Amino acid sequence: MLVTRKEEFCASHACWRPELSEQQNLELYGEPANPHGHGHNYVVEVTLEGRPDPLTGMVLDLRLLKQIIRRDVVEPFDHRFLNREVPPFDRLVPTPENIAVEIWRRLAPHFPDSGPRLHAVRLYETEDLYVEYSGERA
Amino acid sequence: MIRLTRRYRFSASHRLHCRELSDQRNRELFGACNNPFGHGHDYVLELSVRGPVDESSGRVVHLGELDKLIRGEILETFQHKNINEQVPEFADTIPSTENLLADIERRLARRWSSVFPGPWPALDRIRIRETRHNIFETSTETSTEPSPRAI
Repeated sequence: MLVTRKEEFCASHACWRPELSEQQNLELYGEPANPHGHGHNYVVEVTLEGRPDPLTGMVLDLRLLKQIIRRDVVEPFDHRFLNREVPPFDRLVPTPENIAVEIWRRLAPHFPDSGPRLHAVRLYETEDLYVEYSGERA
Repeated sequence: MIRLTRRYRFSASHRLHCRELSDQRNRELFGACNNPFGHGHDYVLELSVRGPVDESSGRVVHLGELDKLIRGEILETFQHKNINEQVPEFADTIPSTENLLADIERRLARRWSSVFPGPWPALDRIRIRETRHNIFETSTETSTEPSPRAI
């Protein structure tokens, strides 16, 4: 069974590689290349896979999942300029792809093999653009 | 491997009508969608691509190239058009959203490898929302056309 918890954070980012010229950045990323940054209301959906515990009827106490996402993702990312304030985005361009992979990296250690499995991270940058990452097993 | 989904919108009109059937049978079969004057929808097209994240750019697909492809091949074809009368592929084909989906899949398959010549990104899924209630999507098992690239 899949269980999903949704959380939100607001942050700014710039899709900008310092070693490239302004023109090259613009060609690669389009408008998001503005080095001063711009912001999004990011929505992150974290999906777990597991069997409901016969005693509680729950795959995982969603309050616990909420706490984990808030502590490891929302609190460090919310109202921050990702490129300047949140490693590894000082050296890794904070595209939605890289942000989703980083969220996965932060969450994965909480889900060892014994319990519910981290199934997917879906990150909406806007309503019209989202990415999904399920680790590198597949 | 990551999947990126981009949402586009176009508004178009269509009429569902099968020439081989009587007017009465058409009305029974298609109901309000058979109105002789046609009717329209705000279609939402969701395109999913899949591939590894390029280490230097941090991207799975060049969004500008993807947008350009969709704008040129799909949006300019259908935006504010009467699909039955103004899109030649539907002169003799009922513009049901199933057929629209298959047509969009063919259009993208035709151009995909010239826009994205490498092994990635692969076209993973096409989904069309005709209304909030009616949603159509390709799946590997039932797709009318093979994906541009094996996934």
